[in-house]
Amino acid sequence: MRLQLSPEDEAFRQEMRTFFTTKVPQATRDAVAARRDVGREQYVETQRILNAAGLAVPHWPVEWGGRDWTPLQRHIWREEMQLACVPEPLAFNTSMIGPVIAAFGDDAQKQRFLPATANLDIWWCQGFSEPDAGSDLASLRTTAVREGDEYVVNGQKTWTTLGQYADWIFCLVRTDPTAEKKQRGISMLVFPMDTPGVTLRPIELIDGGFEVNEVFFEDVRVPAEYLIGEENRGWDYAKFLLGNERAGIARVGATKRLLADAKQLATEVRADGRPLSEDPRMAARIAELENELLALELTALRVVAHSTDGKPHPASSVLKLRGSELQQAATELIVDIAGPLSLASFAGEDSQVPEWARAATPEYLNYRKVTIYGGSNEVQRTIIAGTILGL
Amino acid sequence: MDFSYDDEQNALRQAVSGLLGRAYDGEKRRAVVAADPGFDEKTWAGLAEMGLLGLPFAEERGGAGAGQVEVAIVAEEIGRVLAPEPYVQAVVLTGGLIDAVATDAQCDELVAGLAEGSLVPAFAHAEPGTRWSTAAAGVRAVEEGGTWRLTGVKEPVPNGARADVLVVSAIDEAAGGATRLFVVRADAEGLTRVGYRTHDGTRAAKVELAGTPAEPLGEGADDRTAAIERAQALARIAYAHESIGAMATALTTTTEYLRTRKQFGVTLNKFQALTFRAADMYVSLELARSTALWASLVAGAGGDVVTAADRARLQTSRAGRHIGKDAIQLHGGIGVTAEYTVGHYTSRLTAIDHVLGDGDWALDRLAATVGDHETVDPLGAPYT
Repeated sequence: MRLQLSPEDEAFRQEMRTFFTTKVPQATRDAVAARRDVGREQYVETQRILNAAGLAVPHWPVEWGGRDWTPLQRHIWREEMQLACVPEPLAFNTSMIGPVIAAFGDDAQKQRFLPATANLDIWWCQGFSEPDAGSDLASLRTTAVREGDEYVVNGQKTWTTLGQYADWIFCLVRTDPTAEKKQRGISMLVFPMDTPGVTLRPIELIDGGFEVNEVFFEDVRVPAEYLIGEENRGWDYAKFLLGNERAGIARVGATKRLLADAKQLATEVRADGRPLSEDPRMAARIAELENELLALELTALRVVAHSTDGKPHPASSVLKLRGSELQQAATELIVDIAGPLSLASFAGEDSQVPEWARAATPEYLNYRKVTIYGGSNEVQRTIIAGTILGL
Repeated sequence: MDFSYDDEQNALRQAVSGLLGRAYDGEKRRAVVAADPGFDEKTWAGLAEMGLLGLPFAEERGGAGAGQVEVAIVAEEIGRVLAPEPYVQAVVLTGGLIDAVATDAQCDELVAGLAEGSLVPAFAHAEPGTRWSTAAAGVRAVEEGGTWRLTGVKEPVPNGARADVLVVSAIDEAAGGATRLFVVRADAEGLTRVGYRTHDGTRAAKVELAGTPAEPLGEGADDRTAAIERAQALARIAYAHESIGAMATALTTTTEYLRTRKQFGVTLNKFQALTFRAADMYVSLELARSTALWASLVAGAGGDVVTAADRARLQTSRAGRHIGKDAIQLHGGIGVTAEYTVGHYTSRLTAIDHVLGDGDWALDRLAATVGDHETVDPLGAPYT
């Protein structure tokens, strides 16, 4: 047992901190810090900077740009990135389809896709959920029927995040509707978003933004070479992919950033002639959230320190559950600090209400998503109750 | 950074768990706590024999020179079976205070006696009308003709009736109202102790001092609140681990019950309303465990142990209440009965929650300094 980082890990942390705070454009980091939407160009530019330095896909196999870091180093990399307000490498590329292609794709697919995926030359989006297949993903109904060298895809996907920016989509499709278990008849296909028969419809969210979409497929003809791995094994790849999705899902660094902002903002807002931060109830609320975040971070560190044997630590399911709750608590705190100013949510730049207060409620509303995506918190509780507690 | 127990620590846990598991399986605990002194002297001797009562003290003082992590392991195993032996009170809090303040000669007697099991000390500090504090309030210390005499009431004093030696905090008006520490012998004149059983099966006492002769602990007339603060912090961390052990058992007892108890023709684990609550108990437990473990490591690293202890106190207080209350609720009526175990865990968790400051008390202290730092870095200053 030892608390301190080893000198090597401490040096690694400094190296990451220095890189993220000096090599990523300030304007991009300012946008993240101000919780403004980061545009496609800023994502692409940032990921290319990271990729050139070997910092975009450190968890990939070494021959495809991975770094063979320890779990702790990966944790530090991610935390420092979030603390420095660096937009993270696009998860659809680096955490989802990239590792799947690296593990299950053929050589041609690896050559074709992996370098471009790491460098964000291809922007990927995810075609998993359907209107009737949410948490129960295996109920998906989009079909792919083999005709010669092609699959013909028909159906509909939803919740496709940033699909409006995407060049390609990775999709779960039903290739064997007769399979005894519904998980057995699913395959993974990839294809360009501009393939004839693909249409995208943006979904407006309660924050007024457009980040998710519906995607419709009507007789979309996909070359068979775009099948990833084996036919009807798609469910295995999806589970592999979703396992990666949960890595880093605690988002401790990002919530730390939110809380640090909240603290600062509470000193700027005045209530009854004194800074709001001096209100004992507000100070206690911030202190309690800070302590809960500490407990989460320490749990993440325990998980990281014990994950060297490749098996997930049982406490890892706590990370998604609690991490998402604390993200929401932090955004709620900022709305409450803004108080009446939060009502100026859609005011323009000539508003006298500061930008953070205008952004507060839309972000709080948007963050309702985090307890839903990545396996809803009810799914996480089911996992804890079943897998860990044996109930 | 390394959060895993080494082989020696695992062996220590096994040894402690073996000793306490034998002592407190089945109905034995109820029998032990029914009679004074509220713990088992043989088990106490067993703990001494294994070197556990001297664990945190230097070898030249009769201790084992072990660290806070080893103390935490013992405390957690105590909590796991609800062993009523006053380990944290006697060894970590009172022993820690003696070790920090006493003269070498006093240590030769008191620390060595504690370590070998021949002397059980208790810290008489709380007073009616006060809340958690590092300072004494009403008990006064006056020197007359070379003899110190204490007057006033301490209550509740954990194990105050059984203790062979009391370490008493008192105000010394002659030293500007400083809080000083004194050793009071069990047979001292003018000392009246009325012991009683507490809700968690342990013992406390009213300790009345009427001009009772006392020996200053340590040299000089220094105010001892800083030493008390530190000893209390280390005890809070040890209690955090004791409560982790108790919470873990409360949770496994509950999940076993959910798997076996039938209502409406099915076992209770078929009801999602119940299994989700159990899942939330697990989340509380693991978050509290991480914080307690970290606080022990902060102590070992020489970091800000007082703040770390407050953080562990807050987290384990919240978790202890959550798990203690839900463990009973998920059992139903049997959870409230004395003949079933789980309610006793809740009772003990409630006692631990109030002995050295509850969660809101810790939160007040953390809130007072929350603006002093931008973020908390558990691996950096001031914790390492």
